[in-house]
Amino acid sequence: MNQWTDILDVNDIPRLGARVVRHGTLAIAVFRTADDEVFALEDRCPHKGGPLSQGIVHGRKVTCPMHNWNIELDSGCAVAPDHGCAREFPVKVEDGRVSLDLSAVEDVAA
Amino acid sequence: MDMSTPMGQGPKMKLVMVGNGMAGVRTLEELLKLAPDLYDITVFGAEPHPNYNRILLSPVLAGEQTVDDIVLNPLDWYQQNAITLHMGRKVVKIDRSARVVEAEDGTRADYDRLLLATGSIPFILPVPGADLDGVISFRDIADVDAMIRASSQYRHAVVIGGGLLGLEAANGLMKRGMDVTVVHIGPWLMERQLDEPAARLLQKSLEEKGMKFLLQKQTAELVRGESGRVAAIKFKDGDSAPADLVVMAVGIRPNTELAESAGLHCNRGIVVNDTMQTFDPRIYSIGECAAHRGTAYGLVAPLFEQAKVAANHLAHYGIGRYQGSVTSTKLKVTGIDLFSAGDFIGGEGTEAILYSDPIGGVYKKLVIKDNKLVGGVMYGDTVDGAWYFSLLRDGKDVSELRDHLMFGQDHCGNLGHQGINKAATMTDDMEVCGCNGVCKGDIVKAIREKGLFTLEDVRKHTKASSSCGSCTGLVEQILAVTAGGDYSAAPKTKSMCGCTDHTHEAVRDAIRQNKLLTIPQVMTFMEWRTPNGCASCRPALNYYLISTWPGEAEDDPQSRFINERAHANIQRDGTYSVIPRMWGGQTTPSELRRIADVAEKYAIPSVKVTGGQRIDLLGVKKEDLPKVWADLDMPSGHAYGKALRTVKTCVGSEWCRFGTQDSTQMGIDLEKVFFKMWAPHKVKLAVSGCPRNCAEVAIKDVGIIGVDSGWEIYVGGNGGIKTEVAQFLVKVKTPDEVIEYSGAFLQLYREEARYLDRTVHYLERVGLDYVKKKILDDPEGRRALYERLLFALSVERDPWVERAKEGKLKHEFETVAA
Repeated sequence: MNQWTDILDVNDIPRLGARVVRHGTLAIAVFRTADDEVFALEDRCPHKGGPLSQGIVHGRKVTCPMHNWNIELDSGCAVAPDHGCAREFPVKVEDGRVSLDLSAVEDVAA
Repeated sequence: MDMSTPMGQGPKMKLVMVGNGMAGVRTLEELLKLAPDLYDITVFGAEPHPNYNRILLSPVLAGEQTVDDIVLNPLDWYQQNAITLHMGRKVVKIDRSARVVEAEDGTRADYDRLLLATGSIPFILPVPGADLDGVISFRDIADVDAMIRASSQYRHAVVIGGGLLGLEAANGLMKRGMDVTVVHIGPWLMERQLDEPAARLLQKSLEEKGMKFLLQKQTAELVRGESGRVAAIKFKDGDSAPADLVVMAVGIRPNTELAESAGLHCNRGIVVNDTMQTFDPRIYSIGECAAHRGTAYGLVAPLFEQAKVAANHLAHYGIGRYQGSVTSTKLKVTGIDLFSAGDFIGGEGTEAILYSDPIGGVYKKLVIKDNKLVGGVMYGDTVDGAWYFSLLRDGKDVSELRDHLMFGQDHCGNLGHQGINKAATMTDDMEVCGCNGVCKGDIVKAIREKGLFTLEDVRKHTKASSSCGSCTGLVEQILAVTAGGDYSAAPKTKSMCGCTDHTHEAVRDAIRQNKLLTIPQVMTFMEWRTPNGCASCRPALNYYLISTWPGEAEDDPQSRFINERAHANIQRDGTYSVIPRMWGGQTTPSELRRIADVAEKYAIPSVKVTGGQRIDLLGVKKEDLPKVWADLDMPSGHAYGKALRTVKTCVGSEWCRFGTQDSTQMGIDLEKVFFKMWAPHKVKLAVSGCPRNCAEVAIKDVGIIGVDSGWEIYVGGNGGIKTEVAQFLVKVKTPDEVIEYSGAFLQLYREEARYLDRTVHYLERVGLDYVKKKILDDPEGRRALYERLLFALSVERDPWVERAKEGKLKHEFETVAA
C-alpha cells in the first residue's frame, strides 16, 4: 500500500522542468514533461552525482547538466551506452496535486 | 502502441535482403532501431558465415587477428532480432512480378521490399591459366583460408596488383613466411591514391621489410606445373618468375549479375537514386554493388551513410537523402603510415604545397584550388589527415591558413594530450582524452567489443573527444588502426543533432523567412523527429529565435542550459558561482566592501580573482542567489552565459607612462554598449592602450590596440583549447568607430555563426575577406548591423535585477519541503 504525501501543485513545476523536494537530507527531483506527466527521481545522477533537477527535460528524459548523461524519467536509468540508475519514487497526480510516497523515501533516508 | 506498424495488428511486411555483408547488415541495424516491428526479415548470404568485417581480412591474413575477432554480428544477433538467415545460399533469381527470390538450392522467399547488397566481385585477368589451382583473389574468408594454407606448404607467392588490397595481401603473405613479389602494371604503387614521391617512399619501406616489386610488368600467362597447380608467371616482355600461389588483386567490380538478370537498370553498378531505390521502387540497393550518381563506393563510411538513408525510407520515415561522399584512404600495413584524399595529383588551376624529407621518411603534398584544399597525400606522418580531410570536405577557405597549413592543426598548440600526436606510439594506459580521462586502452576495448566504426560511435561509448575535441585526430587514428578502413564518416553537411536532418543554416533561414517565434513552431515547421528536441538542439533553437526576432520571440528558460537559467555557474558540488560585472575591469572601494560583506554574510567559501579582471564568489547555494545579487547591487557579469563576458583592459594613458590611448575608458564604453548581449558562444573583448599589449588582446574575440594615431581592431582570437591569434581587421580613428566596427562584427557573428561556434570557428568557415566585405566595404551594411545589435540589446534587461528585485521566476530558486 502506498502512503501518499501531498507535495505541491502540478502547475508549480514548469513544463519541461523540475522542482527540488527536500525531505530531511534527501533531495528528490520532481519532473514535469510537456504532456504533464510527472516523475520523481533522487536528485543524483548515477554518473557523478550531478543534480538531475537542473538538467534540460526532453521527451521522457532529462540530460544531466554535469556531463550530459541522458536519464529516462520513468525508470531513472541512463540511456545506453551509459549504465546506472537513479532511485525512482512513486508519484501520483490527482486533481492537479502531486503526491509522493514518503514511506519509500524513508527507506532510502534510513 | 507502436506507431510504425501501418496496418495495426495486420501481418507484417516482408523484407528480404540479398547479401549478408557490412553495408546490408548495417541497414538492418539502422532499420531495427527505427522500426523494430515493421518487417519479417529474411537474409540470404552466399558465404557460410555471419556478417563479418571484411576490411579486417588483411590483419587476419597477417595473423594479427582471428576470424572470430572480426565477426560483427554473431548468429545470436540474427536470432534475437527474429531474422531468418540463410547462410551459404546464393540467390540466383528474382521474380519481380511475383515478388519472390530464389536461391541455388531452391530456397524461396516472398518480399514486399527487397534490398540488394550483393557487394562486389574481384576482377580476374583474362589470361591463360587464370583458372589454375593456386590462383585466387582476395575477397572473403575462403580466400584468406586458401592463402594461409598455401603459406604453410609453398614458398613463392605472386600478388598481381600494387593497389591497396594487393599490398595488404602481400604484406600478410610475407608475415606468413612466404617469399612475396608484387607485380604491378603501373609506373608506381597505388597510383589511384598516391603520387610518385609518396609511392617511392612506400615501396622503399616495404622493400626493407622484404617485399619484392616488378613494376610496369604485364601478365601474359600463368604457367601450369607438374602437379596441375600454378608454378610460374610469365610476362609480355618474356620475363618470368616462380609462383606457387597467385593472388589477383587488380580491382573489383560491382556484383550486378542478379540485378541484371531481373531486368534492373545497371550501369557500372545497380543504378539507385538519392533514396537508394533502384528502377523498381520496391527494390533498394546499397553498398559496393550500387551506383549512385555514377559512383560505386568501396569504403565503409559512405556505405554506412547509404545504410542510414535506406533504413530511414524502409522504416517509412521518408526523410534523408544520400548525396554522395568524399572519401579518404588509409593503408592497413602495420608500421606504415599513409593517407590520401581527393585530387592529390593536381593539374591546371591548382597549386601544391610540398614537404619532403626522404631520409626521415616523411612526405606531404597538399593540393589547393581557388583557395580551397582539394586533395592531399601524406606518408610517414598522417596525424593531420583527419583535419585536412575535414577542410577538404567542408570546402573551407584556407587562404588565411596557408602559411602554416603544412604544419598541421597542432601548430598552434592543442592542449590536453601531452603533446602526443601519434596514436601508434601510445601505450594502452596513456591518456588520449584529457577532458574525460579516457585512455587508449579504453577506446581500443570499446571499438573491439562494441563493434564501433565511426568517431560518433566512439564519442558516445567512451566520451573520448566528445568535450573539447582536441584529441579527435588521435581518436580517429586509433579507430583506423583498430577497426580498419576509412574512419572519417563523411557527411557533407551536418545536421543540427539527432532530432533533425536539417542543418543549422537551414533552421535559421526557416526561422527568419517564416517568422517562427517559438521552439514548438520551429519543430513543427521543420518536422522534428522528437516531441521536444534534446539538450543539444533546444538551447541552439532558443538562441536562434531570440537573436533573429529580438523582443518578439519567446526566450524559453526551460530550453537554456542550467547556467543561463540560474544566471550563475553550476559547480561540481551543485553550488553556484557568482561573478558581478566590473566595467572594463575597474571597481570601487564601495563595490569591494559589498563583495566582502556578501562573502561573509552568506558564508561563501571561496573568493577568487579571474583571468577576465573580475571577482568570483564560489560555492553559493542556489536558494541564496537572488539575495546575494540584491546585496551585491552590481550588474550581472554573464560569466555563466553564451554572452558578452568581459572587456579586459590595461590602465592606459591615464596612468601608464607608455600609454598612447585611454584603453580603460574605451573598454568601459565597449562593455556598457554590448552589456546583455547573447551570442552563439561566449564572447571576450580586450583593449590595450599601446602595442605592448598588457590586456592580451591577441587571444580575444575582439581585441583593440591603441596606437598613437588611433585604434587597431583584431578579431577571432581565442585562448582556449587551441590558441588562436586574432587577425587584423581594420584601423580606425575614434572611439565611436571602434564601437561601431566591433559591434557590426559581433552582430554578423550573432546572425551567421552556428550555435557553439566561437568567433574563430565562424571566421575559419567564412574567411576574413568575407567579413571585411561586410564590415569595411559596405558602410551602410555595417551601420545596419550595428543598429540591429543595438535594437536586440535594447529589449534585454539585467537578469539579476529582474530576479533579485522583481521576483521573476522565483520557483527556480525555491525548494519544496516535504
